[in-house]
Amino acid sequence: MTRLSTGGLIDRSRTLSFTFDGVAYTGHPGDTLASALLANGVRLVGRSFKYHRPRGIFTCGSEEPNALVELRTGARKEPNTRATTVELFDGLVAQSQNRWPSLEHDALSVNQWLTPFLGAGFYYKTFMWPASFWEKVYEPTIRRAAGLGAASELVDPDTYEKAFAFCDVLVIGSGATGLAAALAAARSGARVILADEDFRLGGRLLTENVAIDGAPARDFVARAEAELSSLPNVRLMPRTTVFGAYDGSEYACVERVSDHVAVPAAFQPRQRLWRIIAKRAILATGAFDRPIVFPGNDRPGVMTAQALATYAQRFGVGAGANAAVFTNNDAGVAAALAAANAGLTLEAVIDVRDALPSPLAAKAKALGVRVITGGEVIATKGKRLSAITVRTKSGTQTLAVEALGISGGATPNLNLTCHLGGKPVYREDIAAFVPGAVPPGMSCAGAVAGQFSLSDCLNAGTEQGAAAAADAGFARAAAPAPKAEETPTGIRAFWQVKAKGDLAFVDLQNDVSAKDVGIAHKEGFRAVELLKRYTTMGMATDQGKNSNMAGLALMAELTGQGIAATGTTVFRPPYTPVALGVLAGHHREKDFRPTRPTPTHAWAEGQGAVFVETGFWLRAAYFPKPGEKDWLESVNREVKATRESVGVIDVSTFGKIDLQGPDVGTFLDRVYINMFSTLQVGKARYGVMLREDGLVMDDGTTARLADTHYVMTTTTANAGKVFQHLEFCLQVLWPELDVQLASISEQWAQIAVSGPRSREVLAKLVDGHDVSNAGLPFMGVAQTTVLGGIEARIFRLSFSGELGYEIAVPARQGERLMETIMEAGRPFGITPYGTETLGVLRIEKGHVSGSELNGQTTARDLGLGRMASTKKDYIGRVLSQRPAFQDPARPIFVGFKPVDKAQRLRAGAHLLTVGAQATTHNDEGYVTSVAYSPTLGHFIGLGFLKRGLERIGEQVRAYDPVRGSDILVEVCSPAFVDPEGEKQRV
Amino acid sequence: MRIPCPYCGSRDAHEFAYLGDATLTRPDPAASDAAEAFHAYAYLRENPEGAHREYWYHANGCRRWLVVTRNTRTHEILGVAFARPSTDEVPA
Ligand SMILES: [Zn+2]
Repeated sequence: MTRLSTGGLIDRSRTLSFTFDGVAYTGHPGDTLASALLANGVRLVGRSFKYHRPRGIFTCGSEEPNALVELRTGARKEPNTRATTVELFDGLVAQSQNRWPSLEHDALSVNQWLTPFLGAGFYYKTFMWPASFWEKVYEPTIRRAAGLGAASELVDPDTYEKAFAFCDVLVIGSGATGLAAALAAARSGARVILADEDFRLGGRLLTENVAIDGAPARDFVARAEAELSSLPNVRLMPRTTVFGAYDGSEYACVERVSDHVAVPAAFQPRQRLWRIIAKRAILATGAFDRPIVFPGNDRPGVMTAQALATYAQRFGVGAGANAAVFTNNDAGVAAALAAANAGLTLEAVIDVRDALPSPLAAKAKALGVRVITGGEVIATKGKRLSAITVRTKSGTQTLAVEALGISGGATPNLNLTCHLGGKPVYREDIAAFVPGAVPPGMSCAGAVAGQFSLSDCLNAGTEQGAAAAADAGFARAAAPAPKAEETPTGIRAFWQVKAKGDLAFVDLQNDVSAKDVGIAHKEGFRAVELLKRYTTMGMATDQGKNSNMAGLALMAELTGQGIAATGTTVFRPPYTPVALGVLAGHHREKDFRPTRPTPTHAWAEGQGAVFVETGFWLRAAYFPKPGEKDWLESVNREVKATRESVGVIDVSTFGKIDLQGPDVGTFLDRVYINMFSTLQVGKARYGVMLREDGLVMDDGTTARLADTHYVMTTTTANAGKVFQHLEFCLQVLWPELDVQLASISEQWAQIAVSGPRSREVLAKLVDGHDVSNAGLPFMGVAQTTVLGGIEARIFRLSFSGELGYEIAVPARQGERLMETIMEAGRPFGITPYGTETLGVLRIEKGHVSGSELNGQTTARDLGLGRMASTKKDYIGRVLSQRPAFQDPARPIFVGFKPVDKAQRLRAGAHLLTVGAQATTHNDEGYVTSVAYSPTLGHFIGLGFLKRGLERIGEQVRAYDPVRGSDILVEVCSPAFVDPEGEKQRV
Repeated sequence: MRIPCPYCGSRDAHEFAYLGDATLTRPDPAASDAAEAFHAYAYLRENPEGAHREYWYHANGCRRWLVVTRNTRTHEILGVAFARPSTDEVPA
């Protein structure tokens, strides 16, 4: 056990049990998985990506490159989880990754003997030839050998939420700077959100031995948290990662609502995706402690100095029985002393500089810490670190230590400043990139802005917090900044120890060594973006948070052009990996998108209907009866019943648009190719509308209910699009027209009754209205009442080709109307039908539908060219007359029937002249819609064929290589049933 | 991205549908060069850097067509107005 005897922000009175690779351990509330593992002496936690080298915990935060574990089991298993950010809970189960058969004895660790072959660019060099080997040999092998954890592949049992929040000031990060900023902004009355990815506020203050306002820093954190919690205008969001900055001062965040418990509480989501719209944002994300490159710097036990101090101070854990720290800067020394203060046995501080600043030297002396100045670590030993070799001017010496903290300086955590294109700027004086241009409304304060001293952080936070609130319109609060001593921030830029020996790693997560950077340089991949892709440095879950600086510094040294000119790679969202589940939120399975049931849905369910999704709608597809062996048998029955007697279907899904005003007729003349201003009141007309490019947009019938009142129907699929188009025409093109539009698709239920007996059924529904052929002629419209006083609109229309009526009533009366129709039709054997039969009826009749109105067809292609008025202009008229659209060779709408009537036609088949080779060049058209016609007793099809009208009676080849069908068909008129249209007019 | 609708206030861009260049005017269909003019109107688009006037439709809001002036480099919204130049009043 390496738990220190006292200290740490953990609750030692309670014990949490967990397992790692099947071994049981315990920890305390307040631990992370990483701190608990270290407290149990577990130092080897994973194997590296390519070489399968043993690796340990390297950091104490979200930048962790090594300690990736599979968390939980079964459906909740999560791969590549950083042990350093996992909050320990009772019953936690974790597994190491990328090892076989075990973490201790990994067979693939021989990969490290293959190092010469697995270096930079090895993918490109090794697996080029032969190409056929890639899928079958190379990729599976590489995936087994190199890779991270495995997904569970089971359905995620948890739920995820999305939420919006609005605030005046968003403070990102709750360290000294963030707390000071939140306090200053909140005290002015501004609405403040303070977000931090950690489960505890305080950031680096939880690690440092410093005083604020004369008290320990942790007391300041507690007081700040208490004050902020008490203010109604403040929302504290711990466990929340702000992962992206977007246009319009919008910030995307993931709140880990239930990641710290085994199973989410009832009605609680696992995670919540927030979109925070902030008038101002203060980035107070601090800085990372970055590593130094030296041989064997990846051994378990080597970690950042900051991590070493944090485990000791915050978690009361010694990362080893004893430790040393290797650094080039004051913060590294301070971290070492903080660790020693917490009770860690510190053997030495090794600093590359020739002397420490005197206050630090004095503190070290007071603590009895040995300081080796002008020293470098040149080698390490042990599968788990057991010793380090230190080189000074006077020679080399070996120190037996189990942990080594390294600190190469502070790298500002400025990821979010780059999301809208900002480019970091290098500052030689602090050997760090600081934010360049920042997103509008954002300001940076504290360490992220290169202000590394605690007093500077507190001052900057206070000042920026007050300024942000003032920008948002709140008076500045008078309270002064919290007071703290100036902490030393000296640094001597130092990136790499020049020594021979083991691999010296730049990027631990991707196993990129200093040697690989050299190869990239030698082979010309010198620009940082190329360096990244060629070596894979800075990829995967940590995105180079640790490795970028050293990598580009090494390249800068090789090219001699300096770090500022070398620049850094672009940081893009997300800051840390985001689970796809939380991005999807509730939009999964049946909730992927809304479901719109028709007004008669419940009735159809009662009838045993089988439903189908058409757009957002759920419609009855067919109504099977007991004993029917498949859907086709049901559909054949429904078609036959409708053609011979009467059938009924809910057609409420068609788009319905109400148009009123003195100029509606003029307006419709301009959006339809045919005339509507001349339509008589009480009549309906079929219309076609084009897009401005001359292609057909939609079709449907529009009825004139009164002189200044029309009602339009659109196809189900295009209801929204047509409405938007009409609004554009009215508001933008012709604002002078006095027309009002309203969508009434949801307000009216519409039921079609079709078949020779439909009039007799209708007669029983109306409250005395004359429904004879004279009283309600074909294309006539009646506004009347049905079922004893229910307002109704009756349209005598026919999509099926039979005598037919569509009866519209207020939506809530739809089910009652359907039930009454069924009752009235009982003597005639009235048969409900669904979308399948609807399709068969219209294909038999040769009516076009969505498959033909496919965005590539003109009115002429569809055989509707003669409808176009020559007396007026309309949308799409000019471009529909383009020569290409008038080309007689353009495929035109015709019907097809198989020459061998037993054969099946396929929609999607391409049409070829008999004897022609099946090439794109010889393609003469395609089949759009196909049905088995029970009326004719064979398959029939609709489609487009070059010069089709001239080829009626000709045999062509319907070629469908996708489904392996190749048959002869005869070209025919698309109207297979009642071509003269007599049945609908009786 | 957010768009300040003059009728509804600041709203998420997902509520809006985008159409494109608002500087185009539907040509005179009776003009002798109508075919050319309509070709340009339907197909030819500038891809300007900087301020761009474009049509957005507040589909999940007030159903107004808007002319939004947007900086194509930064997505900053520089101005929003109703597309219909009329007597429309925003209720107080
Ligand atoms: Zn609006």
